[in-house]
Amino acid sequence: MRNTALDIWIMTKRNVLRYRRIPTLMVFASIQPIMFLLLFNFVFGGAIDDDGNYAQFLIPGLIVQTMLFGGTQTSVGLAEDMKNGIVDRFKSLPMNRGAVILGRALADGLRNIFVAIIMISVGYLLGFELLNGVLTSIAGVFLITLFGFVFSWVMILLGLLVKDPESVNTASFLIVFPLSFASNVFVPVAGMPAWLQAFVANQPVTHAVNATRGLLVNGQNYDAIWKLAIWMTLILAVFMPLSIRQFRKAS
Amino acid sequence: MSNKDNVAIDVVDVKKHYGGVHALDGINIKVKRGKIFGLLGPNGAGKTTLVKAMTTLLTPDSGQITIGSIDAIKHPNEVRRKIGLAGQYASIDGIMTGRENIEMVGRLYHIDRKTVKKRTQEILERFDLVDAADRPAKTYSGGMRRRLDLGASLVGEPYILFLDEPTTGLDPRTRLELWKLIRQLNNEGMTILLTTQYLEEADELADYIALIDQGKLITEGTADELKAKLGDDIVEVTLSSNKKTPDCLKALEKALGNKPLLQPNGKTITAHAAKGTADLEAAIKALAKAKITPSEISLHRPTLDDVFLELTGKKTIQEESKNA
Repeated sequence: MRNTALDIWIMTKRNVLRYRRIPTLMVFASIQPIMFLLLFNFVFGGAIDDDGNYAQFLIPGLIVQTMLFGGTQTSVGLAEDMKNGIVDRFKSLPMNRGAVILGRALADGLRNIFVAIIMISVGYLLGFELLNGVLTSIAGVFLITLFGFVFSWVMILLGLLVKDPESVNTASFLIVFPLSFASNVFVPVAGMPAWLQAFVANQPVTHAVNATRGLLVNGQNYDAIWKLAIWMTLILAVFMPLSIRQFRKAS
Repeated sequence: MSNKDNVAIDVVDVKKHYGGVHALDGINIKVKRGKIFGLLGPNGAGKTTLVKAMTTLLTPDSGQITIGSIDAIKHPNEVRRKIGLAGQYASIDGIMTGRENIEMVGRLYHIDRKTVKKRTQEILERFDLVDAADRPAKTYSGGMRRRLDLGASLVGEPYILFLDEPTTGLDPRTRLELWKLIRQLNNEGMTILLTTQYLEEADELADYIALIDQGKLITEGTADELKAKLGDDIVEVTLSSNKKTPDCLKALEKALGNKPLLQPNGKTITAHAAKGTADLEAAIKALAKAKITPSEISLHRPTLDDVFLELTGKKTIQEESKNA
């Protein structure tokens, strides 16, 4: 048990080091979401939200979408490790193999916290405002990155099945795009066709967005937080063991 | 080899297939303690698959693997404490420094921090990496990466070292350096299993060689024993172009009384010369009669190259490695 904790710690440190040594990784991890933020805010903002404060609506959702994309990077990074042979070394050591994946997911979780804070800061320039005080806002950022961590296991399994880093990138779009666009990230659900609304209202990204909007802006939405918690438990219970099993047997 | 303590690695009838492909088709090998064992074969022969099975990276479909006295299939984690693996890709983290790489591996063996630091320094000194120790490993040359990889595999003080194609892709000078390091480790008592596609390397380093192809053991023995299996001297004829190759094959077969073998370049032909120089003379006469002027003709003792060509009846290993 102590050894497992040590393995996880060492693997997390290794992956955090990556962000410290290559600052551009962090810069690019932040630039894309900021670009999305500016584009969606100025291009769609006027058309979607009449009262002129689209940023307030958009930013919590966009942070959720960024977390989904973050999962892709976790998965691509793992696929690269597998390809260049270092995973073979880890597997030959008397360490916990799950720690190899968990370390990466945790390091990317830390990166996600950083990116979320950057997005909120840029959001302030566009008229976004945290309305629920410091503690609730911190809880919001925590919940959002926790969701990112949980979702990254979906992408990790995908990456372990697809294997090739570039294919992982392409394949992940097929998951992230439908989930984030068929949700209430960008527009309210009310304008969508009824059959789509049925999907949107029940999928985890919508609950994540509602919970986050609640904590950052609108006031707590316990209903959304509960539903999100159930979804996260389910996703983790299914995808974490499957990923670790796939990782163990992949060679 | 009835003395069980003398056997470091015992592989019995190991099979592994992927779909319809038999990567390992019933392999048996025994590696004696303190020796260098060479696993020789072309790309795709199953060498890496066998190393992965022995180092617990994959579980075979059937068969037994004993490392030391431990059943590697039932107790993989205990085996992992006793072995070191250096792979053909030099599996190190380029972002981390050389020192950090070795320390990380040491910590993952769950050795205490102080011991890891001490051993890391010793390894860096031994492998001539002190000056580069605190630079990111991605700035290392190919030879330095291999030395770092080898060094990292030693930090857990393994008692068996697995080297999967340790010199593939290295320039000749760097390869000689690495050979020296491998020999030194062995002189200190380390049991080493190395895979290679280079006959020269197996000949140079290995006390005992197993030749594998298509997941099967073709033959085994010391380099001398393998060469002795072939017995006869070899006449080797090289033509300036492959136009006259068929004529040359015919002429040599007639003169020497055995079927010559054509090397993959299409211009070099080898044949047994049981009567030594008399056969060489006969070959020269036969070629002259057929109006073939070879660019080179020689008589030599069989090499491992000849053994391989003879036993697998196909391409040489060197040719394979060029295609890789």
